[in-house]
Amino acid sequence: MRPDPLVEPRALRALLVGVTVLFLTVFLLMPLVVVLYEALRSGVGAYVATFADSEARSAIRLTLIVAAIAVPANLVFGVAASWAIAKFEFRGKAVLMTLIDLPFSVSPVIAGFVYLILFGSQGFLGPFLASRGWQVVYAVPGIVLATIFVTFPFVARELIPVMQSHGNDDEEAALSLGASGLTTFLRVTLPNVRWGLLYGVLLCNARAMGEFGAASVVSGHIRGLTNTVPLQVEILYNEYNWVAAFSLATLLLILALVTLLAKNVVERRFAAPGGAHGGGRV
Amino acid sequence: MSDPMRNDGPPGPSPEGTNGGADHQQFEWGESLALSANDVWLSFDSEQALRGASLEVAGGELVALLGPSGSGKTTLLRVIAGLAFADRGSVTIGDLDASHIPVRDRRIGLVFQHYALFRHMTVADNIAFGLRVRPRGSRPAKREIEERVHALVDLMQLGGLERRFPAQLSGGQRQRVALARALAIQPRVLLLDEPFGALDAKVRRELRRTLRDIHDKTGYTTIFVTHDQEEALEIADRVVVMREGLIEQAGTADEVYDAPVSRFAFEFIGDSNVVAVEVRGGCVLFEGDCLDLPRTDRADGPALLGFRPHHVARREAQGGSMAGRVVASRRAGGWRRLDVEVGTSRQRLQVDLPDDASAPRRGTVWVLPERYLLFDA
Repeated sequence: MRPDPLVEPRALRALLVGVTVLFLTVFLLMPLVVVLYEALRSGVGAYVATFADSEARSAIRLTLIVAAIAVPANLVFGVAASWAIAKFEFRGKAVLMTLIDLPFSVSPVIAGFVYLILFGSQGFLGPFLASRGWQVVYAVPGIVLATIFVTFPFVARELIPVMQSHGNDDEEAALSLGASGLTTFLRVTLPNVRWGLLYGVLLCNARAMGEFGAASVVSGHIRGLTNTVPLQVEILYNEYNWVAAFSLATLLLILALVTLLAKNVVERRFAAPGGAHGGGRV
Repeated sequence: MSDPMRNDGPPGPSPEGTNGGADHQQFEWGESLALSANDVWLSFDSEQALRGASLEVAGGELVALLGPSGSGKTTLLRVIAGLAFADRGSVTIGDLDASHIPVRDRRIGLVFQHYALFRHMTVADNIAFGLRVRPRGSRPAKREIEERVHALVDLMQLGGLERRFPAQLSGGQRQRVALARALAIQPRVLLLDEPFGALDAKVRRELRRTLRDIHDKTGYTTIFVTHDQEEALEIADRVVVMREGLIEQAGTADEVYDAPVSRFAFEFIGDSNVVAVEVRGGCVLFEGDCLDLPRTDRADGPALLGFRPHHVARREAQGGSMAGRVVASRRAGGWRRLDVEVGTSRQRLQVDLPDDASAPRRGTVWVLPERYLLFDA
């Protein structure tokens, strides 16, 4: 057979494919299998029993509450920030963009400590808040704040390039046709970025539910009260309650798989006629 | 909001009036309003985009704003549209000073180079947008909106594409949708920013004709920006040449082509040659020789001789003409186009000769303009 000048030799191809498959298996696939295996090693009964435990239920509830606050908050902030950055010129724009990226570059543990220093009983604002009966640190508000901080960039980062690639023509056209600013935003700007927005929300949600470091610092690990699912998994694991730990961990695993699946669907919709947005995505 | 220009109703008759006999009505066009921009200044950051541009457009006129990039033509269009407010100067539409009326209330039909269609809406929804976003009181009934969209689809020859999304259309079709969308609001004025700039040559020509037809049918006062002088000359009633934030010349195609006010206007519109000459005693001297041209009453001194490539005649010998060497000869449609280097200074000219056997391909030729203009050197 005539060799194709654009295709690498067979041996090299096999090597590259082999390395990739090995890497994926060891680092991605095997952990997934191990989690499922450990969760189910004592049978389905033990697996299901994990979720009957009140501490586990409270951890799940808390995780949902935190995500339910953090994600909408960052949705609003992300849309507002990307709108401002993509559509307007103003002083301090570069600073704003750097600030948005800050949570990506700061270790979540540090982020948690910052809130501890700010709102803790020895902190700057702690005594003032405590005197009014508001507990932030070692309580739900602290976990919510820390989670909002670490998930800050997801929506904005996703939207800024999409909005920038669109320019202002669509908005100007809508205004010239008599639409109000709000109508233009709701019926032109938002639909234009809807898939990018959904994508950002998915990632934001996955991170909000899975956040460990920052939440761990401000949580205080009060059982049944301030433990989110990842924190509860760690506690169970440290107590050698492996089946329960891995059973609970399967929830995070399912979250990850659902996020990936949804992400794929979203990406396919990006390419669909009604959802296409001209230039390549990000 | 008692703003007289508010964009919330059909022009002319009151909403009640139109509803009365709306069932069988044809698409109703708005009025043709005169328009003017008066001494408009505008700067961005450090760049002065407009330096006192003034423009008068009569009602129903089709005007081309022509100029190189950076000449301020798009900026002037944006000021007229209300997408930018001038630092100084005013914009008048009809009898109204529109200078401080925002774009949404000017009721101006805008068409962009890159169409700016709403990509998540179908063709029909795009066209209907301007009608659907009206406040409830002045919004046409659903059925009326459908009828108007239908009429516009027919007018723009978009039949069968109503359910498509912009991404599924060709460039020419997209621009037709954009035009239909702008017409749907019965605009006071139609403004187009490089409307055909992103299209290929054939579609461009087709759409040019469409624009001219639409203009003749609707009678809307129309301004379009272009850097393509052929386009401007072909369809505009009047051509406005811009340069560095100012109007250089405004006139009919004949006026700007045959009587340009400056070397800039002369070179910008149409093919042109400019040769350094000297005027002495009413005679145009090329490298010392008095050219066999009608005498000029221009004062003595250096000047520039301008003429069109097709206004050049061949002479048989040196006397009173410019001697040159043919360096290239190409076929250009019905013409033979020669590149000629004249004189010892070897200034390059373009000469268009009828494509017959006598057109030389090589060697020396003697040429003389049949019609010429003189500009300051």
